[in-house]
Amino acid sequence: MVATDTALVTVTGVGKTFVMHLRAGATLPVLREVSFEVHAGECVVLDGPSGIGKSCILKMIFGNYRIDAGSILVREGRQYTDVARASPRDVLRLRQRVIGYISQFLRTIPRVGALDVVAQAARDHGLEAATARSRAADLLARLAIPERLWQLPPATFSGGEQQRINIARGFVAMHPVLLLDEPTASLDQVNRAAVVEFIRHRKRAGTALIGIFHDEDVKRLVADRAIDVSRFRA
Amino acid sequence: MSAAEEALLTAAGLTKLYGARIGCMDVSLDLYAGEVLAVVGESGSGKSTLLSLLATQLRPTHGHIRYRMRDGVVRDLFTLGEAERRFLWRTDWGFVHQDPRLGLRMGVSAGGNVGERLMAVGWRNYGRIRGEALAWLARVEIDTERIDDLPTTFSGGMRQRLQIAKHMVTAPRLVFMDEPTGGLDVSVQARLLDLMRGLVADHGLAVVIVTHDLAVARLLSHRLLVMRHGRVIETGLTDQVLDDPREPYTQLLVSADLRG
Repeated sequence: MVATDTALVTVTGVGKTFVMHLRAGATLPVLREVSFEVHAGECVVLDGPSGIGKSCILKMIFGNYRIDAGSILVREGRQYTDVARASPRDVLRLRQRVIGYISQFLRTIPRVGALDVVAQAARDHGLEAATARSRAADLLARLAIPERLWQLPPATFSGGEQQRINIARGFVAMHPVLLLDEPTASLDQVNRAAVVEFIRHRKRAGTALIGIFHDEDVKRLVADRAIDVSRFRA
Repeated sequence: MSAAEEALLTAAGLTKLYGARIGCMDVSLDLYAGEVLAVVGESGSGKSTLLSLLATQLRPTHGHIRYRMRDGVVRDLFTLGEAERRFLWRTDWGFVHQDPRLGLRMGVSAGGNVGERLMAVGWRNYGRIRGEALAWLARVEIDTERIDDLPTTFSGGMRQRLQIAKHMVTAPRLVFMDEPTGGLDVSVQARLLDLMRGLVADHGLAVVIVTHDLAVARLLSHRLLVMRHGRVIETGLTDQVLDDPREPYTQLLVSADLRG
């Protein structure tokens, strides 16, 4: 299948089966024939009951999980990379330049302060140091992270605060493709509204977003269309 | 293709046999500038043998290693003359041992340990050597007032940081690390890992790190090699291998890792 011109992500016939060698090689088929496209400026929501494989799809697009069948084409300018066949270096390049990912959990380096954690994400994307720091500070402020916490390592923060650091880190760079795995799960109303605004802003800027949202209000406010993942159940 | 896109080091078919026993079998890998490659596996998996081969401390039974020298010329490491090999060791390469006594001269001051590497590459001005040593002690967060103290008076974490300073002072392009965080307290490990990450990012270092600690591999490395019985059984992007391990042995390693 040829990717249409404006699709930034083209998922075609993707399948995923886990083989659990520690359980006598039991196989756990999760997904089959996953196919969809995501275009610039739209937010596509992955829908379906938990455990159906929504996060798994995001992880395959990001190259975090292996892709057992099919292809995932990611467009960078005029160049397409198939994540299913890409070398580790190519996947790292995609993560640096094209695909951002806000996971459910924050994994950071001990000892690095919150502001630096966020600014580093922008630096990795190629922003210059001063710009990276000012963008990071702006996002932390808009997510209501008190300034007295900015120099402290997020490992010591509450769950909700860590999630906001994670969100800031995902939005601070301007990746053309952004994957969101329940970004609003542990947020209060005010911060949820901030995230909705971030997403709308990125849609206007032409970012292709693929998200999982359990919060119906947030979903309604940001989604252009929903994909029912249960139809890809293996 | 620009120089930065060419591999710094390429190993092909590296094999080391000790009689009938396999030290390391048919290992091939590429390493690029700015890239950290972790080699994980249990004791006896062949990871230390592989590191010794890559660092040319051992000669392989089969296989070769190509290395892009500072002048851009790609050379076969096992055909280098002794003087050329020593030059690599003194300037372009660093080696951080698990046991700092192997990487440091314990009877020489901290400043002397760092300065020695500079003198070996021709630095003669005492003031400049001391200035550079002070700058590197500060960079690795050792109190510069300790410059004249012997490493024997340093804590384990400080000794490791001193080893790093000593090897970074000549601006190497490739650093080998053998269990650099082994035997250190968790908080001391965190500080060391943070320092190493900063050095990789700031200097575009290539690093080969051997560790049995998957958390260290996750924090520091881009790519991972899993070794068992002398062979590479699984390789790929670090987070992919750790989050979606394919081989039975890798699944066992990951499931046995308490910190996830």
